[in-house]
Amino acid sequence: MTLRIPRRGLAQAFALIVILMIDRAVSPQFFNLHLQDGRLFGSVIDVLNRGTPVALLSLGMVLVIATGGIDLSVGAVMAIAGATAASLADTHSLPVVIASALGVGLVCGLWNGILVAVLRIQPIVATLILMVAGRGIAQLITEGRIVTFSSPDLVWMGNGAVFGLPMPIVIATGMLLVTAAVVRGTALGLLIEATGGNARASELSGVGTRAMILSVYVWCGLCASLAGVIAAADIMGADANNAGLWLELDAILAVVIGGTSLFGGRFSLVLAVAGALIIQAMNTGILLSGYPPELNLLVKAVVVLAVLLAQSPRLGDLSRFTARWRRTKP
Amino acid sequence: MTKSFGALKALQDVDFTLGDGEIHALLGENGAGKSTLIKVVTGVFARDAGSVRLADREIAPRSAKDAVDAGIATVYQEVNLLPNLSVAQNLYLGRQPTRFGVVREAEMRRRAHALLLDYGLDIDVGAPLGTYSVAVQHITAIARAVDLSARVLILDEPTASLDRHEVEILFRVMRKLAADGIGIVFVSHFLDQVYEICNRVTVLRNGRLIGTREITDLPRLDLIRMMLGRELAETTDERAVSQPDTARELCVSFKGYGKQGYLVPFDLELRRGEVVGLAGLLGSGRTETARLVFGAERADSGEATVDGKAIRLNSPRDAARLGFGYCPEERKTEGIVADLTVRENIVLALQARRGLHRPLSRREQDEIAMRYIRMLDIRPPDPERPIGLLSGGNQQKALLARWLATSPKLLVLDEPTRGIDVGAHAEIIRLVRELCEQGLALLVISSELDEIVTYSNRVIVLRDRAHVEELKGEAVEVSSILAAIAADGEPVHEAAS
Repeated sequence: MTLRIPRRGLAQAFALIVILMIDRAVSPQFFNLHLQDGRLFGSVIDVLNRGTPVALLSLGMVLVIATGGIDLSVGAVMAIAGATAASLADTHSLPVVIASALGVGLVCGLWNGILVAVLRIQPIVATLILMVAGRGIAQLITEGRIVTFSSPDLVWMGNGAVFGLPMPIVIATGMLLVTAAVVRGTALGLLIEATGGNARASELSGVGTRAMILSVYVWCGLCASLAGVIAAADIMGADANNAGLWLELDAILAVVIGGTSLFGGRFSLVLAVAGALIIQAMNTGILLSGYPPELNLLVKAVVVLAVLLAQSPRLGDLSRFTARWRRTKP
Repeated sequence: MTKSFGALKALQDVDFTLGDGEIHALLGENGAGKSTLIKVVTGVFARDAGSVRLADREIAPRSAKDAVDAGIATVYQEVNLLPNLSVAQNLYLGRQPTRFGVVREAEMRRRAHALLLDYGLDIDVGAPLGTYSVAVQHITAIARAVDLSARVLILDEPTASLDRHEVEILFRVMRKLAADGIGIVFVSHFLDQVYEICNRVTVLRNGRLIGTREITDLPRLDLIRMMLGRELAETTDERAVSQPDTARELCVSFKGYGKQGYLVPFDLELRRGEVVGLAGLLGSGRTETARLVFGAERADSGEATVDGKAIRLNSPRDAARLGFGYCPEERKTEGIVADLTVRENIVLALQARRGLHRPLSRREQDEIAMRYIRMLDIRPPDPERPIGLLSGGNQQKALLARWLATSPKLLVLDEPTRGIDVGAHAEIIRLVRELCEQGLALLVISSELDEIVTYSNRVIVLRDRAHVEELKGEAVEVSSILAAIAADGEPVHEAAS
């Protein structure tokens, strides 16, 4: 794995560098950093910090997509987890608050997983249910209001810093390491890739494909709830209507930019996170440049198009064809 | 007519003639070239050489639509109609009678009803097609095809999902159409039906024309010999290693094992170091036996024991845990994970059995992969190559390696030599023998009878989804297998139920 990523990640690294250079061109102070109250500030830190929710979502999403599925409910799960955390924050201790929020995410993931793995509902439809219902659930928890809190512990989760690094960055990095340890430290990664590559063949090789699929949705729910807690801590409140709105699409985009095919199979955690950072670097760049933020969506659309073109099977056939042609002509 | 895919010749110099009003059977095992021939004739595939003539005019259909326009209609096993539309709409889709641009629903129904009456069907044509039986759907598809001025009708396995009575109805329709002068190509693996309805029969094997005969001059045994035939002379001279030996240790046994509507209950004993061959025509229940043995289908009767202990066999996972392995016939869709490397494909079953928490380290994986790449001579010997880029024979070897790595007790091989070039073919047969000498129990399915005879200690013959005869020792001969397949009448060995 250590050998594979650099080779596979070239395109993403190149894209990230190009976008950062463009950011640097529109905003000369882009790479400036300064320390204030024990926390680093600067545009680069901002990219990392703002990028954490999508990065966390993409950590779960990449596993789901690797099995050939998709999870549209992650934005809604963020809202539910945020609402849960916000309504408990001022009355309970931080561990209880976080455990409850993550527990809610776990249940959401389990629900999706059961629909997909056990009841064999198409993932896009199965997760659409929670995508729609989730916002309703979040609103029930907040009783239709925007719940605010002042618990310094939870606020610290969003605005605190460790060794100068904002907490969200620390949490997301930690989650990346934990996920990598779980997925690559065990056989889970291989079995997920096999399941996504050919579920029939994996099943006939004795792989418990149902358990694989169930577990990736649970992990995805967990990641989404963590993102929800951070988003709520960041604004010191929970907005059931807008928390995580449309972020499922950014997460899917991040995974696709990270080179994981929507047909399932091979995946890379690091590249999915890189995809999230590429998206955020674009967002931040457009904000810094002073162009209207509406432009953001257009730029994103162009990036999606470019990535999908690069991955289209037709183009793939072409490149494979030329590769074979080159091989046969020594 | 020639058609190749890459290095594999799917169809080689095949001639086929169909007379007006003739019902002509096209027979052959899986991969014999039947579907390729049909697809070339109907323009789905472009041909590499040869010509198609209809009446005295040469035609060159470039697409399915061209073929229909020229008068060649095809009805596939899976009816290509719209079950949610009414029967009448299906019949006239794309050519509805209209007045001022509005579909004349009543007129369309009247015509549809009249049309189907010709076929002996008196049904409500306003009801959705999906509410009718498969037979009615087939006849609707045929009626539509013929009504589009077909002169040639190709029926691809039309009777596979029909019951006896429905087959009768379909045959009546076929006879009527033939009497009207339409030539019909009938693809089927039900020989009884071929004898019942066809005038002539053409047999293909491995993409070659074996022959065209009048059905009345062709005894069943000869027909089956044409289909399964003798080939691969280079492997036939060395006969089975040793004679069956009941003293061999019993490994796995099945008693009254079966599934309603899938396979008639059977008894099966597999001993260490013994190769049991399953022979029979396509659809006779060979693959079905393999899938029940491996838990890919759940049995609803009978019991299974391993080393004398009763076992539960509800999933491939159960089977793999018990030390069974299975190389399915459909290598691409059920065997390999094309995007993963040869190494990952080889360690997959072993890793699945060890469980998540006991991952094979990269070094162990490399070691296992290299050991089997060397042992089975997988080429190119690169464990990091995606397996999808390997040739069929090497993919098959990698799949064998996948199971060998789990040190299995029992290995089930379904058509291990299908679609593999001759060199790899002989090698795989050699491997099968070696494995057996190492004390593995093997259950091998093959339509190459010579091959089965070469390595099997016992051969079980299947017919009509039942195990009908078991041949041992001296009796394991191509001729006796052919005779058992062709024999008509009650199954010899009926399982206790």
